[in-house]
Amino acid sequence: MSRDVRDLLSRKKSALLERWFDIVLETYPSESSGFLKNKKRQFANPVGYTISQGLEDLLDELLQEREMDIEKVSSVLDSIIRIRAVQDVTPSQALAFVFRLKKVLREEGGTAPSEEIEALESRIDAIALISFDLFMKCREKIYDLKANELRNMTFRLLQKAKLVCEIPGE
Amino acid sequence: MAKFTAKPDELAKIDFRPPRTGWMDTPVEIKEHMFCHAAKPKELETVGFPNAHEWRPNDEDWKLPENWERTILEGMKDLLGKYRSFRLFMDICVRCGACADKCHFYIGTGDPKNMPVLRAELMRSVYRGNFTLAGKILRKIAGARDLTVNVLKEWWYYFYQCTECRRCSVFCPYGIDQAEITMMGRELTNLLGLNIGWIAGPVAACYMKGNHLGLEPHTITSSMEFFVDDIETITGIRVNPTFNRKGAEILFVTPSGDLFANPGTYTAMGYLMLFHELGLDYTWSTYASEGGNFGFFTTNEMAKRLNSKIYAEAKRLGVKWILGGECGHMWRIIHQYMDTWNGPADFLEAPVSPITGTRFDNAKATRMVHIAEFTADLIRHGKLKLDPSRNDHLKVTFHDSCNTSRGMGLLEEPRYIIKNACNHFYEMPEDTIREKTFCCGSGTGLNASENMELRLRGGFPRANAVKHVNEHHGVNMLANVCAIDRAALTTSMDYWVPGVSVCGVHELVGNVLVMKGEKERTQDLRLEPLPGKEGNE
Repeated sequence: MSRDVRDLLSRKKSALLERWFDIVLETYPSESSGFLKNKKRQFANPVGYTISQGLEDLLDELLQEREMDIEKVSSVLDSIIRIRAVQDVTPSQALAFVFRLKKVLREEGGTAPSEEIEALESRIDAIALISFDLFMKCREKIYDLKANELRNMTFRLLQKAKLVCEIPGE
Repeated sequence: MAKFTAKPDELAKIDFRPPRTGWMDTPVEIKEHMFCHAAKPKELETVGFPNAHEWRPNDEDWKLPENWERTILEGMKDLLGKYRSFRLFMDICVRCGACADKCHFYIGTGDPKNMPVLRAELMRSVYRGNFTLAGKILRKIAGARDLTVNVLKEWWYYFYQCTECRRCSVFCPYGIDQAEITMMGRELTNLLGLNIGWIAGPVAACYMKGNHLGLEPHTITSSMEFFVDDIETITGIRVNPTFNRKGAEILFVTPSGDLFANPGTYTAMGYLMLFHELGLDYTWSTYASEGGNFGFFTTNEMAKRLNSKIYAEAKRLGVKWILGGECGHMWRIIHQYMDTWNGPADFLEAPVSPITGTRFDNAKATRMVHIAEFTADLIRHGKLKLDPSRNDHLKVTFHDSCNTSRGMGLLEEPRYIIKNACNHFYEMPEDTIREKTFCCGSGTGLNASENMELRLRGGFPRANAVKHVNEHHGVNMLANVCAIDRAALTTSMDYWVPGVSVCGVHELVGNVLVMKGEKERTQDLRLEPLPGKEGNE
């Protein structure tokens, strides 16, 4: 991406972020989006704070001149997707925010040459692919948690009933 | 996660915006992973609860008894007459919104009906429509509505999405206690046999066997044998707990979960070690073998019935006073209800620590002392030899349980113990601890597995604060004084902040307690190697 486009988008960063954040908030009931939008309250509004902070970090990474740091992208995405994976949205709704950034970028970066925008879009595609993996990992974790709880609850009872035993150590 | 219903061609044109209708016109949708299974009729019948029947929350037909509307409205009238607080809370809310964003379920779900004000309004609207003149005449203009099947389902869905944690009431300028409104809501649904299995099962078991897990005396004693063996492995000392021993000075009562579920079991081991080291003249009971009280999540009367065994057993055994273990709602009940329900316990003496001579005047009425008060007093008087360096691999933070902090003001004692048992202690941010603590998300009998998403959403505000101290101070242990916390936070941490374990305060004590004649410790209470001590064997 050329320096001009990066400068242009970096200048518009706060507008980009606001629009992107609004898109995520659209999936929540309208009565709650006002509350969630208050992104400064880290502990009183952890959902709004974590998502807005995450979007900002993602955008920063996306607009870097160098290659994206995939580890950082994954860790930031994880904080957002871990929340979305337990909330009342379908998988497509949970991850739609990644794809919808494309539209925001095209609209805000109107004067940028389209091949420049395309380069950004393939970065967004990479983010989308990581999102799928993370979403699935979170959902699988939830089923693990359920299974673990049941196992922990019953293990000692089974042990008592001499239905299971542990091999004693040396 | 919502049910996935969109077909590929619909995906493209999907509207992500939820419908914009007023709350009264938005019918409740009973969603998977957000509710617990229904109670089994047998469980309700065991304790004589009415209208026990087979039903399923996500079925259209809940097989409600005939004239169910009359049952509810008469029940409501009865409760309004019995509890002035209930009538007051139905009348006085000015909808200022101070409580709205204080609920962990609202913060985690964004569902407006989880705002405490709106959850209360679900019931107030029916109250207005049936018990106030303005509501009867002006109907919707006065915020009134009829009691319909849909309204009943909405009550059920949302009153079993409140953990009665009372965080909202801390912020309410009128002091409206949402927990009491939820209690009334649950009492009313209970009249129709609409309880949940995770509550009704333990209630029936406790009524029949003395504890929520339904453990019989021989199971309790042999479970304790496991602990005694492990303690011997770790310390070389064999402790000798007694059961149902008449003439003991103190009766010890703790939640039964700590006898079977990790990590609570390690806390139970901590108690055993502490009492042995002190040479305390105490006994466990296999009859009053439950400190917790899931009856509290059904009806006031049921809670009273289950609670009565504690005093009855104290009387039978002839003890002088009662010591209670680490538990949450158990202590709200002991502190605020037990004396009124089943007291006065004038056959007991005002509790005096036999080790320090401290008289616990705060427990003069109930004659029951919280173990954190007891242990903090021991440490204060220099009666325990502790080696906190054994916990040096732990960076600890403390989660205030809703009931002990907001329900009985137990704030300093657990912290005092932890600071003496650990060299690395870090508080979570101010708005998330002490009276303003966030619920674990699984209290009031909602710690089932089928409602895991509800629990994880509700547990997020607490976990978020833990994550903060984990990232900033490397905190790896979340201590607390509640059996439900120990179970629920373990799961919550596993999802939200992997790498943070959960323990009871007396597990930390057991680890650092230097016992007379003990061998050099190389393992902690979890039988894991103690860092830095492995090579000393």
